[in-house]
Formats: sequence, structure tokens, C-alpha cells
Amino acid sequence: MSFHPNDIARRTRLSAFALCTGFVLLLGAFFRAQILQTNSYVLQSQENRLRPIPLPAPRGIIYDRKGKIIAENLPAYSVSVTAPSLDSLRSSLKQLQPTLQLTDVDINKAIRRYRRAPTRPTVVLADASIDVISVLEEHRIDYPRLIIQSVPKRFYPDGPLVASFVGYTGEITESDLNLPQFEGYKPGQNIGKGGLEKQYEPILHGREGVRYDEVDARGRAVRGVGPRPEVDPVGAPPLQTNIDLDLQKFVASVFADSLRGGAIAMEPKTGAVLALYSNPSFDPNRFTGGIPADYWKQLNSDPWRPLFNKVIQGTYPPASTYKLATATIGLQNKLVKMTDRMPIPCSGGMQYGRRYFRCWEKRGHGYQTLSGAIEKSCDVYFYQLGLRIGLSRLVGGGIDLQFADRSGIDLPNEYKPRFPARDVKAYYDRRYGSRGWTPGANALNLSIGQGENSQTVVNMAKFFTALATDGHTATPELVRQNPERKKILTLSTSQMADIRTALAGVVSARGTAGGSAIKGLVIAGKTGTAQNSENPDLDHAWFVGFAPADNPIILVAVFLEFGDHGWQAARVASKIMGYYTGAVPVELVNTDGE
Amino acid sequence: MRRIVADYPLVLTALILSLFGVAMVYSAGQTDTPTAVARVYRSQAIWLGFGIIGAYGISRSSVRFIEWVTVPAYILSIVLLGLTLIIGAGAGTAASTKSWLAIGGVRIGQPSELAKITVVLMLAHILASRKEPPRSLLDLWKPALVVGLPWLIIMLQPDLGTGIVFIGIFFGMLYWSGVAWPLLLLLGSPVVSLILSFSTGIWGAWFLVLLALILYYRPYLLEGIVLMVANIGTGVVAPILWEKLAPYQQNRLRVFLDPSADPRASGYHVIQSKIAVGSGGLTGQGFTLGTQKRLAFLPEQHTDFIFAVVGEEMGFLGVTFALTLFLVIFLRITRIAGRANDSFSSMVAFGLMVSWFVHVLVNVGMTLNLMPITGIPLPFFSYGGSFMLACWLAVGILMRISGEGRGKAAFKAS
Repeated sequence: MSFHPNDIARRTRLSAFALCTGFVLLLGAFFRAQILQTNSYVLQSQENRLRPIPLPAPRGIIYDRKGKIIAENLPAYSVSVTAPSLDSLRSSLKQLQPTLQLTDVDINKAIRRYRRAPTRPTVVLADASIDVISVLEEHRIDYPRLIIQSVPKRFYPDGPLVASFVGYTGEITESDLNLPQFEGYKPGQNIGKGGLEKQYEPILHGREGVRYDEVDARGRAVRGVGPRPEVDPVGAPPLQTNIDLDLQKFVASVFADSLRGGAIAMEPKTGAVLALYSNPSFDPNRFTGGIPADYWKQLNSDPWRPLFNKVIQGTYPPASTYKLATATIGLQNKLVKMTDRMPIPCSGGMQYGRRYFRCWEKRGHGYQTLSGAIEKSCDVYFYQLGLRIGLSRLVGGGIDLQFADRSGIDLPNEYKPRFPARDVKAYYDRRYGSRGWTPGANALNLSIGQGENSQTVVNMAKFFTALATDGHTATPELVRQNPERKKILTLSTSQMADIRTALAGVVSARGTAGGSAIKGLVIAGKTGTAQNSENPDLDHAWFVGFAPADNPIILVAVFLEFGDHGWQAARVASKIMGYYTGAVPVELVNTDGE
Repeated sequence: MRRIVADYPLVLTALILSLFGVAMVYSAGQTDTPTAVARVYRSQAIWLGFGIIGAYGISRSSVRFIEWVTVPAYILSIVLLGLTLIIGAGAGTAASTKSWLAIGGVRIGQPSELAKITVVLMLAHILASRKEPPRSLLDLWKPALVVGLPWLIIMLQPDLGTGIVFIGIFFGMLYWSGVAWPLLLLLGSPVVSLILSFSTGIWGAWFLVLLALILYYRPYLLEGIVLMVANIGTGVVAPILWEKLAPYQQNRLRVFLDPSADPRASGYHVIQSKIAVGSGGLTGQGFTLGTQKRLAFLPEQHTDFIFAVVGEEMGFLGVTFALTLFLVIFLRITRIAGRANDSFSSMVAFGLMVSWFVHVLVNVGMTLNLMPITGIPLPFFSYGGSFMLACWLAVGILMRISGEGRGKAAFKAS
């Protein structure tokens, strides 16, 4: 051993040095963690123990123009669980399965929600019954990870009557979550899935609040009062619509169970949509909180297609309602006057080329002025007018009258109408081959609203707003207050008045919709009967019109799938207009007409 | 027997550390969901009382008596250690090991705590009996055997942490006995090879260093050859040894390199411990109020990770205070070793200090992932009766040595 005092002293010094070095190194490490990086660790510590519980915000209430409620929120109970891992979630669900009566579908849904956002409470039941809740509350202690929340639930007091425009809400899907407009949305949240709910989702969606529960390492809540202040959910502001709920309900009642189709009622000057209804409808309340599988199946297998909106999605040949477009194109191009007769009188049809084109009236209309041809909807007159205008001017004019565009109504998923392109030759060549078509025959078809022309109901209504006013179309609007108006008709005031007179003649004893006349209310409008390939025996029925004829306050477009004749649609429309204007309906006389 | 004056700095520091420790064990039990840990501070306090009585008793004996019981005590501890391999039980973060002696399922103590002291005594006994410090590797066979035997048993339990302590004691005491540092390095070289062999390039570089060391120290030729063979040997068996490690041990080493590799299981301890310490900030969250601990995120909060509770609740100031106390007591013991009456006393004092130093370094380093998780307790802090008792018996020995050596700057060279 070497224990010379000098050696000892040297080793003591060295040991002391080593000890101090170790001390400084350790202290340095603690300084780094506790002083320099403490904020990040404090955050991690909070993330550990503070479990955020989202507090759903109520959606904006939707009102009609008189302040009646179209969509509101009712209190409901949601059941969710928190889980540190997928296995833990599975076992929780298994434990809850008998009480909550979960199906395998529910369980798989919950698992998918968890995968998306494992740190959020996973919604198991979005809308649990009070019985289930009371059972769960009794066994609260057995389910430490269970969260029962009172959440707002969307409710539509008039359900199916308003579904056509209000749409419905549902849980956000996984593919929606990937879309940029749903940035910041979380799985389990409800979003607008159709109609106004979808269109105005950014407005109707409130701001979710959050509450913090302090939990231990096993995820059990330990203290009642959250250690971090709660952020209250912010409800969305109410949404005022142009809808007249009473009229809407009346429209729905007119359609009842027998008629299949759709109707839209508007203010012709402002474009404000008063009512929009597609029959048959569906109950949007059943979509809230997850649509039952059998209801979904029933809706999709129904041959009358309740989920297909006949007003904004169905495109149909506009038929005779389009004759007004042909007439105004002729008038604007100064090829015809209201009083002009065509060279060939109507004898129930006319020969063009190798084909005989029929008028709907086999007995024929004889010589007619343009006014008379509109009243009686004489096909032969419009065949000749179409030929006079020529195919390319007919198409170009139609495009100028916005028949190739969507109406621009503030609803999602409006279908685009089918209409030829301005480059007529290229369009028809592509369609039929360069030798497969002639301009004349196509002009004949287009002039009476057949051929390559399918319009939505809302788009026809939009066109008629120009006829009802001074030539301006108004974009149909459910909510917006700044109507977008565009002048498409450059006719003189007297020409406009003549057209309206002719349209009023339609709903008179002379016209095709005489049976729809109402005492004390002059209705102007046009019927249409569209042939369709699905059922050659039953045509689609159209009516687009407005009232009173001289100063219209309401414009109605009605479309009945397989409605047989235009006057059927006219009767629906006249009821609607009569209801709105408060006129007393006269005894409706059946007159046969298109 | 001479009347001696108690070494107040030593005893007072040890007492403050112990009281601090019992307070932390009490705090560790204060969780929102009460567990059995809530009551353990009482038994810890009782063991502290036993420890102080034991320390007093030992301080009333003499160093010669201590040296006299060294050999039987050493043999007893080896026997007890051997027993653990047959009837051992696990606990804490090392639940699968067999470091506890249990009778009928009741754990009565860890023989390795006793062995830590007896090995120090035995090593001091062997080294002090020599006139010259060991000059060659061959001279070291006796000390190596004294440490190697219990070390082997402990590694078979397996208890890596205690194994590290033994290696620390071995090298520390050889250093204090005057073994030249190049020889220590050569002695330790196979272990370095064991670790470095995972990267062939670094291992190659290590051989160059080794060669330079051999040329500098000029050991016997045979020794040089044995050394090189040993280095190559350990390097080669390293991967095999790795395979032999229990999965939890492999995971702990992996997690030491990257805690996020296994955040749910092995890495969880380290991550939660770092969060607890880091969130303490300067002044901590307050005594008993640490949320990581209260809400059970912090594992083993009363044993292996008790220092994380100190960090979380007392903050950087509390950590500094505790570490300063340790530094003070270590410097004091080094001084006692320097002033001891004889070489045995000196060796014992230094050996005990090194043992605690390794404990503190590894345990405290573990809370910040500076050291791998090895389930090694913190002296005076971690809950554990036999460890508290052992620490205070060691204090008693140090009191005696200090008392006998008091007043002399250093003893004469033998």
C-alpha cells in the first residue's frame, strides 16, 4: 500500500475533484431540464393529466322569413369513452355492449373514430335514450372512463316538409376530414350534409368549447373542478332565410302522397325563394346522430327516389315552357312580331324534309299569331319560328338566356342543365357524327323544348323571372339578401306586356291551362308536357308561371314526373299562387291542353 | 477503549439526508388514488431509528473489532447471496430478478445490501495487508476474487445496478490503495471492449489506445498477451452476451439510448420521470403536490424514482440542496479516509464513499436518462429497510474511523 501523506493528499485532491465534477455535471443536467426546458416539460405534464373534453356548440337556428323555426337544437345525451389504447377501447366497448345495446356496426364505427383521434373521447352513442343514461349513471363507478354529456341535437320541427331545402346533418366522414374546408374539424362532430345545412356550414357551425378533466395514469377523472379554465362553446348565429314556412307546408300538402316531382316558389323581382319542395321527401330528423340502416336502405330503394331533389337535381326536357325562350329569341332578333302569323297553318303537324313533325293538337290550330301560339302552345308555329331563327342563333340565344348555366341557387349539388354548345356544328358533329344530323330538324326540336335540352325546375323558374319583370333574371336565393340580377331580355315594355298577356291567356278559357284559373287572380304562365323515354305513355308535366300577371309577387315552377299533362302541373301551381295571394280558387274546369 | 468525539458534520449531514429522504417517501405516498405506498414512510422512519441505534452501537466498538468480523461477515454475505439464487424474489422495477431473500413470500431483505459493506471491508482487509500496492495484473487476483465472487452471483440474479456498484467499489478502492491509473485502465479494458465492440471501427481505435497504454506501462509480456486476448474475447462474446440478456434488460439499454423507442413500456419510466423533473422548474410544485406523482404517472416513485419526486416537488432548488448534501458528505468521508489512523480504516472509508457515490450517480442520472435504468436505490432516500439500515451501519463505521483518526493530518506510511 502506498499511504505516504503526500500520496494521500494527492488522491484526496483528485477524488474531491472527481466528486465535484460529478456534482457539477448532474446539476448541469438538472439545470437544463428544470430551468431551460421546463416549459416544454410543464406542457407535457399537463398533456399527461389534463384530458380535454370537447363541448359541442349548438348549430345556428334556421328561421323562415317571419321568424318561424325551420331548424333548432334539442338537448340530447351522448355517451363517449376515453381509452389509452385500442385494446382498452375494445374492452370498454365489450363491457358497455349489453347496457348500450351496441351493434357490431356501432362498435366498428367507434373504433374508426378512435383511430382518427385517439386523444379525444370516442363517441359511442351520439344520441342515447334517457333509459340508457340512467342505467349508466347508476353504474358510474364501474365505468371510470365513461363520459356522458348533454349535447345539442339538431331538430327540424317540420321534418320532411322542409327537407328539400334544409338538408340534414350527420357525423363528419373520414373522407370529409381530409378536405381543406373541414380543416380543424374532429371525428364525431356533426356537419351539414345537404341543403342549407351544407351550404351554410361555415356559418351554422359554432365554435366547439372544451373542458379539462384531470385524470390519473389510468385515465380516471380525479377532480371535479378542472385545473384549466373551461372554454365555453360558442353557438352559431341564427340563419334567416327567405322561406315562407306556411307556404312551404302548403306546397308539401298539395303534393301529398300522390304526386311525384317538385316545385319552387319565388319572388320574381328579388329572387327570394319562398318555398322549395321535392316529393317524396325524407325525414331529416332521422339522419341526426347516425341514420338507421333500414331507413337508409328504404330511402335508396324507393323508386320515387326521395333523396333525389327534383327541383335542383332533376334535369328534364323543358318542353313547351321553352317556347317562351324561342319566342323571345325571335322577338329580340326582330324575326317575328307578336302579331305575326307563320306561312304554314297548323293542321296537326307539318312536313319538314322527309319527316312529319306533329303538333300536340291533332286537330290543328290553323293560323295563329305569336300570342295565340303561346296561349295554345302550337307546335307548328314554333317549328317555323325555330327554322326562321336557325339552329345556331337558337342555341346562341338559349345560352344568352342562361340555359346552359346552373341557376346559382344557394344550395349544394345543383345539377348543370344539358344544352348544346355555342359552336353548334362541333357540338352536333361530336354527338351524332358529321352526317348524322341536320340543322333544321334539330332547330325544330329545340324550338319546342325537346332535343338536346334538359333543364332543372329551378333554372326554368329563373328564366321566367325575366318574363315576370322587366327582363332581368334574379338568381334564386334562400338566404342571401343581395339579389344578383342580370338583364337577359332587351324587349320593349309593350312587347313584355304582350308576352305577359299571352301567358295570362294560357291560364284562361282560351289557353292550355284554363282549368287552373282562379277568380280574382290573373295568373300568367306556360304549361309543358315533356315526352320521356322511361314511360312513353305518361309524359312529364310542367308549369311555370307567376301572379298577378301585371305585377307579379309570386312565381311558381312546378314539375310532375309522369304527371301526364302540363295542366296537371298548372293546377298545382295555381293552388300555390292562390294560397300565397289569398285569392279564392274558382271551381277548376278541366280543359284538355298542353 | 478511547473516548471519541462524534463526527458532527458527517452525522448531521447523514441525518438531514435521511429526514429529507423520509419526508420524500411520505410525499411519494400522497397520491390521489391511495395505495399501500401511503403508509411506507412509517416503516422507513422506524428503520431509520434502528439504523441510528445500530450506527451508535458500531461507533462504540473499534475498528479492530470491525476488521475481526470482516472475514466471517464476508463469508456470511456470500452464503446469503448464494441463497437468493435458490429462493430469491423480485421487487420494484426489477420484479423478475431474484435479489430478495424471501421466506414464505415475505421479503426480509436484500443480501446484496449487506454484501456492499462486507465486500468493502474484505477488500480493505486484503489491500491493507499488502506492503506495496499491486503493481501488476497478477498481483490483483486476490482483490479481483473478493469482488468477483459476489459480483458473479449478483449478475446471475440478475441485478445489473448492484453489479455496477461492485465494479465501482473495486476500481475506486484500487485507486485509493495506490494502484497506478494505467494499470486500472488496462484492468478495465476488457469491459470497454465489451461495450465498444458493437461498432467495429471504434473497437479498432480502442485497440490502438490499448497498445499505447501497454507500451507506456510495460506490463509483463504474458500479461500483455492475456490483456489483448481478453479484449478480443469480450469483444467477440459481446453479441452473444447481448442475446443472453433478459428482454427487459435489452429494452432498458435500448431505451437508454432512445426512450421514445418504447414509450409505452420500458421508455415510459424514463419519459415520465423526465417530465416530472422538468415540470418542477425552479421551485417545484410544492411538497406532496407533484401531479406526475399524485396521478400515478411516475412509476416506483418511492424507490427507484424518488429523486424525480424531489425534482418535481422541490424544483431545481431542492435538487441542488439534496445533491449538495451528498457532495458535502462525500467530501467529508474522503477527508475521513485521508485522516484515518490506519490503511484498513482509510480503505473502508473510501470504499463506502465510492459505493454511495456510484449509487447517487446512477440513480440520479437515471431520472434524467443520463444513466440506464438499473433499479439502483438512492442512499438515505429510497424506501427500503435493509438499505436504510445498511447506510446507517456504514455511517456508524465511518463515525468510528473518523473518531479514531481524529486529530492527525495523515498516518505514517507503513
